[in-house]
Amino acid sequence: MANLLEVRNLRTHFQTYAGTVQAVNGISFSVAPGEALGIVGESGCGKSVTATSIMRLLPPNGKIVEGEIDFDGRDLASLSEREMQHIRGNEISMIFQDPMTSLNPVLKIRTQISESLQLHQNMTKAQAAKRSVELLELVGIPSPAMRVKQYPHEFSGGMRQRVMIAMALSCNPKMLIADEPTTALDVTIQAQIMDLMRELRQKLNTAIILITHDLGVVAGMCTRIQVMYAGRIIERGTPDDIYYNPKHPYTWGLLKSVPRVDARERRRLHSILGQPPDLLAPPEGCEFWPRCDYAMEICQRQKPELANIEGEHETACWLTHPAAAAHLAAKGGPAQ
Amino acid sequence: MMSAVNAVKPESATDTLVKVSNLKKYFDTENGILKAVDDVSFHIERGETLGLVGESGCGKTTVGRTITRLYEPTGGAMFFDGVDIFKTHESDLKPFRSKAQMIFQDPYASLNPRMTVGDIIGEPLDIHKLARGQERTDRIFELLDLVGLNREHANRYPHEFSGGQRQRIGVARALAVSPSFIICDEPISALDVSIQAQVVNMLEDLQNRFGLTYLFIAHDLSMVKHISNRVAVMYLGKIVETAFSNELYDHPMHPYTKALLSAIPIPDPAVERQRTRIILEGDVPSPINPPPGCRFKTRCSEVMDICHAQEPLLKDVGGKHQVACHRA
Amino acid sequence: METPVNVNQFRPVAKDIQMAQTIARPSTTYWQDARRRLKKNPLAMIGLFVIIIMVLGAIIGPFFCKYNYSDQDYDNRLASPSKEHWFGTDNLGRDLFVRVLYGARISLAIGFFASLINLTIGVLYGSISGYFGGRVDNVMMRIVDVIYTVPLTMVVILLMVLFQPGLKNILIALGLVYWIGMARIVRGQVLAIKEQEYVLAARMVGANKWRIMLKHLIPNSMGPIIVSATLNIPQAIFQEAFLSFIGLGVAAPMASWGVLADEGAQAIQSYPHLLFFPAAAICITMLAFNFLGDGLRDALDPRMRR
Repeated sequence: MANLLEVRNLRTHFQTYAGTVQAVNGISFSVAPGEALGIVGESGCGKSVTATSIMRLLPPNGKIVEGEIDFDGRDLASLSEREMQHIRGNEISMIFQDPMTSLNPVLKIRTQISESLQLHQNMTKAQAAKRSVELLELVGIPSPAMRVKQYPHEFSGGMRQRVMIAMALSCNPKMLIADEPTTALDVTIQAQIMDLMRELRQKLNTAIILITHDLGVVAGMCTRIQVMYAGRIIERGTPDDIYYNPKHPYTWGLLKSVPRVDARERRRLHSILGQPPDLLAPPEGCEFWPRCDYAMEICQRQKPELANIEGEHETACWLTHPAAAAHLAAKGGPAQ
Repeated sequence: MMSAVNAVKPESATDTLVKVSNLKKYFDTENGILKAVDDVSFHIERGETLGLVGESGCGKTTVGRTITRLYEPTGGAMFFDGVDIFKTHESDLKPFRSKAQMIFQDPYASLNPRMTVGDIIGEPLDIHKLARGQERTDRIFELLDLVGLNREHANRYPHEFSGGQRQRIGVARALAVSPSFIICDEPISALDVSIQAQVVNMLEDLQNRFGLTYLFIAHDLSMVKHISNRVAVMYLGKIVETAFSNELYDHPMHPYTKALLSAIPIPDPAVERQRTRIILEGDVPSPINPPPGCRFKTRCSEVMDICHAQEPLLKDVGGKHQVACHRA
Repeated sequence: METPVNVNQFRPVAKDIQMAQTIARPSTTYWQDARRRLKKNPLAMIGLFVIIIMVLGAIIGPFFCKYNYSDQDYDNRLASPSKEHWFGTDNLGRDLFVRVLYGARISLAIGFFASLINLTIGVLYGSISGYFGGRVDNVMMRIVDVIYTVPLTMVVILLMVLFQPGLKNILIALGLVYWIGMARIVRGQVLAIKEQEYVLAARMVGANKWRIMLKHLIPNSMGPIIVSATLNIPQAIFQEAFLSFIGLGVAAPMASWGVLADEGAQAIQSYPHLLFFPAAAICITMLAFNFLGDGLRDALDPRMRR
């Protein structure tokens, strides 16, 4: 089956007074209809910029300098702003991290949801109002007929995020991009929202790209995961691949630095020393080598490309090259 | 006038450094009285880390700020090393402020943007007259070393540093007075995952080295459980359960604790796949004019008649495990 | 395009944490960043340029002029602008250009010093009121409210009638009255900042109220303070000009722009140049300060960084 979204060699750069920041530096990936792709990484890795590049919502100093974003047969990177407006909210929707500031405080909820419906689906005001109530019910807001007439400040954080989801799904988009949708929410509310998203994905068969730094959240939600670092994808695969058989030292380090609530012994957390490179001047070769316990000379000179390990599992690391086998054996696998 | 802090202490045979009794902090708002902290009691032993965990609005940050008198308490007592800090006059609090310190949540707001790092770390030295001149400079360098920063950083300004580095500066500032007790108010929530691990490891190392006592306030139960000896769970201004870390996870007794534990995502696909979640319906109610009886009754799956009428008190169920629930 | 892989390069190397911590971009302080943003604002830079020219002209200009401000050229009275007298002459034959330059000294000095007095009183008042809060704040702000309802120009006029015209008295009158704008701004800033975590941290570390005000609150309010002070200067210049215009300003023989304008207004029908040049000087200076002030406001706004 054809992929819904295919990103090929995307590069997005930002012009700042200090120079050009290479926020996304050549990534390629695809999303199949109805699947849930998780993009994981820490701040500055380029995951949010990937999303805003796809949606063409970059700030004035950001630009897609190379690559194609093939969505359902069209290249989003080359569409005009007008053409993109037909797509946003209609075929691809996005929800953001902060539910406090994503909604317009002076408009009723009904008005905000209706906007999309009237614009893209050509509904009348009355039809849109009716559909708004249905949508609020779909996302689990109690007493939807009454609440649809309220203002954002009358909703709690979790409720607002549900409203955002309702708005995003109002036109039955083929794909939903969720950029850190639960980071600002309490953990019990987060569980509710993640459950809701799982349920809606099954019901409506919407593809979801879930962007987050939380390794726990993607474990339970996504069919495939890709890990980003310094503007590139450094590993990807199924959740089992990533969590039980990680092949990139960054992924290893990341998994070992997260404490697990079900851990029996109190063990010291592994910490990856140093910090991600400044993307004004990314280092030669692999971006991770200055922090890597397994660094080799070739890592300093040449960027490793994503190479297949098994099935869906790929990683961009010279350790997978046969010539590195001796080094890997000598050093031993990641510390247990 | 001799303040209570300087008076001869009564028998300090116990190892308890901090004892909070019936702490209350209410705020006046236009909609009524906001009971942010409503009768909270706990104690911390010397060298121990007590974790205080809960979701937004539960009052945990208010607890931290009230026991240090950054907020004036509405009621209760806070015994630090045997002396009730709440009864001390404001102008006599300096000695307390040289023994108890705090690390704050927002690395971007907890450092004065107009002061150099050296001045920020040196301010406590100046206020408490701990060091002057070359000695002061040496001490600042020593503190920077302790937290893993370079000496050259002393002349820089906060905005030149990353979030993790700024938190380290905050820790250095707290350590300047050589305190015995540090309150960590959400010190890592704003940091990236791998940096969180760095900072937590540093805090643990410092604790081992200097015998520090911590109150670790956070909403991330995984991290709180990792760093703490004992954990107290708060809900809507009250402590609902306290236990040793592993005990809390193995035998949670309060329905809220159970729900909280089941909501935490675990980075393990197999575990996640076969988990059954206890989903709490609805939202956290407002701490303004809370309902009578148990505050959790609106969302509790095990609610009984008595829960509506009578508020459950913290009850000992053995092994330093306490629960406030009628079902216990 | 596949680059060939050299299998000899698979030797292990040590990681480099220092490199991983290097900050690539040049460090800028708040002021450097503000300066850079200000430079990009053409109107503000024009304003700054004009002000610099004015100040230089006021200080050293008269040394380069052929005429002294009191030289009277009886044969050439009330002359229109010419190559000899760039701005023409007044009714006593004095060169108007040099008189305008001298007037600049007085007007600019008044503007600057009055603003300085306003700044000092306003900053202290506002920060005490904002930081102490509660009843202190209430009382102090009610006083400000009362003062605000009184038309301040009238107060200044009354003060000048009381004091008698004179440079020192103008400064006192202006200084006593126009600080309330600054006080409100500073109080607003202090209210916004005092719950910031670094202020809490300072309290935690044992700082007393004065230390917090002087080391933490006021330095972090410098942006709005500078903008307000800059915008106060043209206000003071205008007030002085107005007072002098109605005869309550500086006393003769000192001639500020206002005095010159007053003289010029009396002859406006026949000799408009006498009014035009001093009035133009006032307008251009005020505009320049306003442009600069607006530019500073944008440049110093921390939210617009980068």
